[in-house]
Amino acid sequence: MNSLYHLGEYILLMKKVFSIPERWNIFFKQVIDEINKLVINSIWIVVIISLFIGAVISMQVTLNIVSPLLPKYAVGFTTRETLLLEFSSSIMCLILAGKVGSNIASEIGSMRVTEQIDALDIIGVNSASYLILPKITSLVLFIPVLVSFSMIAGLIGGYLLASFSDMLSLSTYIYGIQYDFKIGYIWYSMKKSLVFAFIITSVSSYYGYSVKGGALDVGKASTNSVVMSSILILLADVVLTQLMLN
Amino acid sequence: MLDIKNLYKAFDGKEVLHDINAVFEPGKVNMIIGQSGSGKTVLLKCIVGLHFPDKGEVLYDNRNFMKMNKKEVKMLRREQGMLFQGSALFDSMTVLENVMFPLNMFSTDKPKKRMERAMFCLERVNLKGAEDKYPSEVSGGMQKRVAIARAIALNPKYLFCDEPNSGLDPKTSLVIDALVQDITREYNMTTVVNTHDMNSVMGIGDHIVFINQGIKEWEGSKEGIFTSVNKNLNDFVFASDLFKEVKNTHLNNLEG
Repeated sequence: MNSLYHLGEYILLMKKVFSIPERWNIFFKQVIDEINKLVINSIWIVVIISLFIGAVISMQVTLNIVSPLLPKYAVGFTTRETLLLEFSSSIMCLILAGKVGSNIASEIGSMRVTEQIDALDIIGVNSASYLILPKITSLVLFIPVLVSFSMIAGLIGGYLLASFSDMLSLSTYIYGIQYDFKIGYIWYSMKKSLVFAFIITSVSSYYGYSVKGGALDVGKASTNSVVMSSILILLADVVLTQLMLN
Repeated sequence: MLDIKNLYKAFDGKEVLHDINAVFEPGKVNMIIGQSGSGKTVLLKCIVGLHFPDKGEVLYDNRNFMKMNKKEVKMLRREQGMLFQGSALFDSMTVLENVMFPLNMFSTDKPKKRMERAMFCLERVNLKGAEDKYPSEVSGGMQKRVAIARAIALNPKYLFCDEPNSGLDPKTSLVIDALVQDITREYNMTTVVNTHDMNSVMGIGDHIVFINQGIKEWEGSKEGIFTSVNKNLNDFVFASDLFKEVKNTHLNNLEG
């Protein structure tokens, strides 16, 4: 019953969110601010994590695939496929659910408990649309940029491992990451990330917007938003993989 | 004029407001008083439309708020200004941007004119020079004054204040009270102030409504409080020795 209540409230909130902005110039300014906050400020974490994960995947594959039947270039090939198919979209969005999602929930939640949202309503502004639509728009539009950064950084991670260790040769790694390359996998990853970006921003906003109480409740909302976004991302991942790759 | 008729509100089956009736006239500082938890904040939120009453009517110059469509509510919002208990200033905006906000959203004036209006409002609350500061960089009293400037930016007909003096020292409270009273008179606004600060009530209250456990128990002028026989009102207003003494002096003067 509780889940159904939240689902209903979430749908009603989204209905309020998707309305024409009061002033387009203010909306565009907000979108630019949100791109800076949610996307640009996330690039460093995306790049660092992807760089190390790319290197670790290459290392793990090199150390664990010992069969003489498997070619050496399988290391580069497996690293690329793992990054493209799962890591750079799904796992990266799980990480973003933690960073961006908690940020959104606590920002909107704090505005709720300090009556700033009530103040917006009294002024006559559609507070849901004013606060949430720019966040959804900016992350959905620019998540492909973060996914691209993640893919490139991950592949560079493997490249650096090949360059600075004697675990595998650089030429074999480069051959592996080019072997049987399917461009469709990039589009698949991008499309998935759009759905995940919507989940992160809308679910976190819902939890922040519906906070009741004080600072403790803002903290709870922030945690709940991360947990729920993560679950929904994984669920959507299964559904989208079935739909798009099957 | 603001007319409240037979207002009821309950949360999770617990009745918070029971059959509230009141009339708030323009040009007067109307005060809703009562103990903490008496239902006065819920009443104010029902009046401004932040809560939807279960039953009853809220008439803004004979326009029933409960029956308004979205467009009408939006139009009415421009006639309302509200000062929140915690000021509710937007943290990410400067003082000037806070006052400019309603103008930027709804005014059709050119940017220069909007800026002039915002500066006028800031000057009106004696905050010239603080335009570029953020809410966290100014004192509680200044935050309240910024909130008043933001509330009057669109020239509202109705001003609502939820415990405007909470968290302020007595001297700053007097400044805020004087500002609310002056603005009410100046613009002939219908002002409704929610408070349990008896200094404010005795200082600027023109018309007082006393709420106790969700029921309107008394209404009248501040002078009427001294002669009221309502036990709950007397217990609430004259709880302190100071106010008991004030009451005795007042009654002695009347008898004398």
